[in-house]
Amino acid sequence: MLTPEEWTAVRLSLQVAFWATIWSLPPAVLVAFMLSRLHFPGRGLFDGLVHLPLVLPRVVVGYLLLLLLGTRGMLGYYLDHWFGIRLIFSTAGATVAAAVVSFPLTVNAIRLSLDAVDQGLETAARTLGATRLDVFFSITLPLMLPGILSGTLISLASALGEFGATITFVSNVEGITRTIPLAIYSATSMTDGDAIALRLTLVSIVLALGALMLAEFADKRIRIALGRI
Amino acid sequence: MIEIDVTLARGKDFRLEAAFTAPDRGVTSLFGRSGAGKSTIIHMVAGTVKPGSGHIRIGDAVFFDAARGIDMPMEQRRVGYVFQDARLFPHMRVETNLRYGERRARGDRRIGFDAVVSMLGIGHLLARRPHTLSGGERQRVAIGRALLSQPRLLLMDEPLAALDDQRKAEILPYLERLRDELHLPILYVSHSLEEVLRLSDTVAAMIDGRVIAAGPVAEVMSRPELLPVIGRFDLGTILDCTVKAHDPGYALSTLAFPDGELRVPLVDLPVGAPARARVRSRDVAISLSRPIDVSVTNRLSGIVSEIRREEGPYADVGITLGHATLRALVTMESAERLALEPGMPVWLMIKAVAVDSRSPLFLNAPAEAQMAPAIPPLAPTLRLVGADSPSRATD
Repeated sequence: MLTPEEWTAVRLSLQVAFWATIWSLPPAVLVAFMLSRLHFPGRGLFDGLVHLPLVLPRVVVGYLLLLLLGTRGMLGYYLDHWFGIRLIFSTAGATVAAAVVSFPLTVNAIRLSLDAVDQGLETAARTLGATRLDVFFSITLPLMLPGILSGTLISLASALGEFGATITFVSNVEGITRTIPLAIYSATSMTDGDAIALRLTLVSIVLALGALMLAEFADKRIRIALGRI
Repeated sequence: MIEIDVTLARGKDFRLEAAFTAPDRGVTSLFGRSGAGKSTIIHMVAGTVKPGSGHIRIGDAVFFDAARGIDMPMEQRRVGYVFQDARLFPHMRVETNLRYGERRARGDRRIGFDAVVSMLGIGHLLARRPHTLSGGERQRVAIGRALLSQPRLLLMDEPLAALDDQRKAEILPYLERLRDELHLPILYVSHSLEEVLRLSDTVAAMIDGRVIAAGPVAEVMSRPELLPVIGRFDLGTILDCTVKAHDPGYALSTLAFPDGELRVPLVDLPVGAPARARVRSRDVAISLSRPIDVSVTNRLSGIVSEIRREEGPYADVGITLGHATLRALVTMESAERLALEPGMPVWLMIKAVAVDSRSPLFLNAPAEAQMAPAIPPLAPTLRLVGADSPSRATD
């Protein structure tokens, strides 16, 4: 089946996609809430910043990450100096790159579902004695679960497929930052790499299909729980 | 005491300047056409709309006072808000919906779960999902949810407007039970004359963002100033009566009021029960001498108090019976032919079939009205009798 190196790439991809999604979901919910419900000065600029990774070339995103989080970067220097955290050439860095790139997509998916939540229900909850925070956790969050689910799926898919920002920011280090797309890229530049590339491509397809089916199943369960079916 | 004195300006077209007080028990109706500002007032009481100035006091609680900088957060106001569209939480079963406010209630819990469930007849729905309920069932659950939040005041914003006549008829008795069995003031928004007459003790009538009259239903709803809200054909006098006797042979009942008696089509109420009768101005005829050879059953004597010339051929004649003043809509021509003038003694004729007797009113709710788990069967309620069509919507 797969060689140990290929297994490593698959494991690494899953690990990066998983953690990128886990770490980006809570801030994505927060940002989606801010963009959907709050009016504050500079909201337009904030909206633009959130969506910037979507419209910029991935390589540019990776380079910006390098400028920001590299060992001499504006934040990276202090991360290294104070906490001893170095993101470049690390799996954590690959996770950051994947999270940043998929973040706007996740936010959009969640924001759509938040826009669809009837604010009249939130008002009703408040007249029944619930504070704003209570309303968010007891009414808003459960009702936006379909959006959180699709946001999760989009985040996973986009993180699994991340290439440009990753290779620019953390390079292509076997066993550390070489995820499936990077491994396929490496394989295609080898003389006998066709078989490797094909096997990893198959793995990608299986992963994507599996995720879609899982999401379909979960979506149905959630909709039943929300009384929409 | 419910004390509301608020202003709000929205754009150039909408200006609200409403002030009224009402007793903090029984049902107070905000009555007026759509756009008169009734719902805005309810929103202000609930805290979803902030008044531009003024104050809102409910009993001891100050909800809003611009001068003192008080604006109590929505969740602390403890108003049980029943929305027109029920607004049940779709991801919770009926029971969880009902418990939502109950779990968050602070202080004493005088309204119990079992009592509410049995009063509203929703025991068989507890395990259901909101989307499987009918409109009437949803509205009953919404009322129960509001009650269980242990409110100091119930706000109902046209709770029946989204329902068809059959569902309305299904819910009205429950609303009457609420009014009669709970010591809970209810602020009720409606543009339906029928609902207001059937349910309210007090009414605040609104036109164009102003409260033009507020007070006991019989007094306010009899005022000619309400013409723009009620309409020419439904305008009349409301008389709070008691059922004196029934005559099943002729299918008639006798209602007594301080100035006399009215014979009306049989009402479904025990003798001694309060009943509210509406005599439309257009159904009252005037005679200078005691009418003898006429079919009209109800003949009352009184003294002309005023004659108002109205638009078109109409004259609105006020006739004092002693306590109550009845109004008669006649043509100006007739008024002049009879040479009516204030101070003249006249006779009034009201056809029995024209009198519209409506729901009883229990201003003095029984002392044990606080809900006990065992709820007595529904008090008999008065069905609409007579030839009246369902109330004309005013908009």
